[in-house]
Amino acid sequence: MISSSTRTQVYGWLLLTPAAILLIAFTHYPTVATLAKSFFSTGTVTRPTKFVGAENYALMVTDEVFWKVVDNNIWYAIGTIPASIAIAILMALWVNSSISARGLVRMAYFTPTVLPMIAVANVWLFFYTPDIGLIDQVLGLFGIPGHNWLGDPDTVLGCIIVMTIWKEAGFFMIFYLAALQSLPPELNEAARIEGASRWYYFRRVTFPLLMPTTLFVLINAFINSFKLVDHLFILTKGGPDNASSLLLYYIYEVAFSFFDESYAATLTVVLLGVLAIISVGQFVLLDKRIHYR
Amino acid sequence: MRNLLRRQLLAFTSAMVLALGWSGTALAAAELTMYYPVAVGGPLTKVVDDLVADFHKEHPDIKVNAIYAGNYNDARIKALAALKSGQPAQLSVMFSIDIYELIEQDAIVAFDDIVSTEEEKQWLKSFYPSLMENGMTQSKVWGIPFQRSTIVMYYNKDAFRDAGLDPEKPPQNWNELASMGKQLVKKDASGNVERWGVMIPSTGYPYWMFGALTMQNGQVLMNNSGNQTYFDSPAVVEALTFWRDLGTKQGAMPSGTIEWGTLRQNFLEGKTAIMWHSTGNLTAVKKSASFDFGVAMLPASKRRGTPTGGGNFYIFKQTTPEERKAALTFIKWMTQPERTAEWSIATGYIGTRPDAYQTTKLVNYVTQFPPAAVARDQLQFATAELSTYQTGRVRKLLDDAIQSVLTGAKSPEEALGDAQGQADRLLRRYR
Repeated sequence: MISSSTRTQVYGWLLLTPAAILLIAFTHYPTVATLAKSFFSTGTVTRPTKFVGAENYALMVTDEVFWKVVDNNIWYAIGTIPASIAIAILMALWVNSSISARGLVRMAYFTPTVLPMIAVANVWLFFYTPDIGLIDQVLGLFGIPGHNWLGDPDTVLGCIIVMTIWKEAGFFMIFYLAALQSLPPELNEAARIEGASRWYYFRRVTFPLLMPTTLFVLINAFINSFKLVDHLFILTKGGPDNASSLLLYYIYEVAFSFFDESYAATLTVVLLGVLAIISVGQFVLLDKRIHYR
Repeated sequence: MRNLLRRQLLAFTSAMVLALGWSGTALAAAELTMYYPVAVGGPLTKVVDDLVADFHKEHPDIKVNAIYAGNYNDARIKALAALKSGQPAQLSVMFSIDIYELIEQDAIVAFDDIVSTEEEKQWLKSFYPSLMENGMTQSKVWGIPFQRSTIVMYYNKDAFRDAGLDPEKPPQNWNELASMGKQLVKKDASGNVERWGVMIPSTGYPYWMFGALTMQNGQVLMNNSGNQTYFDSPAVVEALTFWRDLGTKQGAMPSGTIEWGTLRQNFLEGKTAIMWHSTGNLTAVKKSASFDFGVAMLPASKRRGTPTGGGNFYIFKQTTPEERKAALTFIKWMTQPERTAEWSIATGYIGTRPDAYQTTKLVNYVTQFPPAAVARDQLQFATAELSTYQTGRVRKLLDDAIQSVLTGAKSPEEALGDAQGQADRLLRRYR
């Protein structure tokens, strides 16, 4: 006879199994396999795989391109995250107030999000094209000469950042809009009776109450800044001279252009590590400053 | 009871054996799987399907499953993945420069080891020698040219007239390219450039364009064993200096890198009078140019030169002798002069053998549309596309070096010296 507690246990495990199988097969096993692979050499038929210890990591530390893409990725994160969150909040406040054609404006802000990144990049490629592109044509109306936006290492990363903000802000806006609509209207009424200015109300009431959303969006924005590289395939292929290459794009190149699986695994471990540390850090640090209701 | 069962089993088994044997002979003596890439997009898959269907009519005993596999990179990844999974293809069209990677993976077999008859040995020699360069190493033939292209110079004849130049005399050498390029630049009243003289694309495939410049300067980029590069040779440095100076010193070309993907649009909108581009763009330019355009060979420095590009047929090693024979039959059929001519007209790729240009079809086509012959005539000056062991890495080293020079970050000597040093480190173990 099986005791009822055992039965509950079995029942619980059975419920967990489908999710567990998927998670283990597609998340946990690949992670562990990647970690293991980073300690082996890339084998060919003539040179079989062998254990090399930390050699791949030593190679990585001396790899100039690696440091370049890490540097780029940091600037890319700094460029995209705060700006897209700030714009998302502004847009959400704007479409949450009673303006005419509100539905249309909301839709317009959200449109970039539903477009595939590859399509967006193809459109922006022609925005940025020197002389015949939209940007240079508009600047030309004011007599400003054309610029080789994507061909200049000083401007290429900025161009990519602007495009990413345009693509992402609408997505984050939706979360802020949902959060704003769940705020009780009494707060606003009370503040108005007290004579608080709109800025004061935003700073002391709205923004703190939006903190859970901000945390969620922040983590998403951060992950995206390491995860989104589709546009690089179209816009720059990481060039000129790696000026716009990002960590994940470099991993792709190493894995599928150089066929160096081990080194790609090594770089992936670094990427996973960075993301894990940041996520944990964000939860621990920001949790204290968030008012959950 | 048991006896009955045994009898039934026996009958069933013999029926199965019969059925299997019968279907085997009736369907095909050999079934082949082939991956092929399409690098220029569009209706090419239909062209290949039609060719394969024609082949089946003439060779009912061989069945070919032609599978479209994306771009060159995808095709290589898929073919190698199929190899590892134990369900390999028997032959494939892949990038001609993948040869060393495929040899290192022990994935392909040399054609010299398959051909037997004198006629087959002659067939190996029937292609343009410059198209064979990327398919040969260790003095064996590993790849048979199929979809191959070169770089040519497209120029806007209206712009030439506008600048007071003879539209029938495109630049023949580097000096003329620089001086005519400068003359072709058109500026508005406030000094902004409305039309550039020359554009040579430097994203996507900078090493390919650079291969043309170095060849023109009398220097190849690598040896034919694929284990030595010559990035820091003086002629190579001089070629990169010339490329950079077209922008910074002569002002004939915009400085910084020039986007491969939008260059055709730039040319079609009259923003540049001359562009260097793949012959693969010929049909598209012909269709959309609103002005009188010409196609010419690339200019010379010490000599003329261009790298070839494109895809070759390979036969995989994990095949039975019968499959190899069948694959050889198929490849020989696909590269017959008549087929080659049809393929060239349908796609814009070069006819891979001289006798293809003697077929009625191609003779007529070239008479109607003379630019189609420029790539052919240029073949005698062509050389192999950059291809070495570790080819992806080595190529990127050169790409980065070129881009760092064109954007002004490094001097040609410094950038190419660094690239050569790193390439040496990668290739040392293959020497």
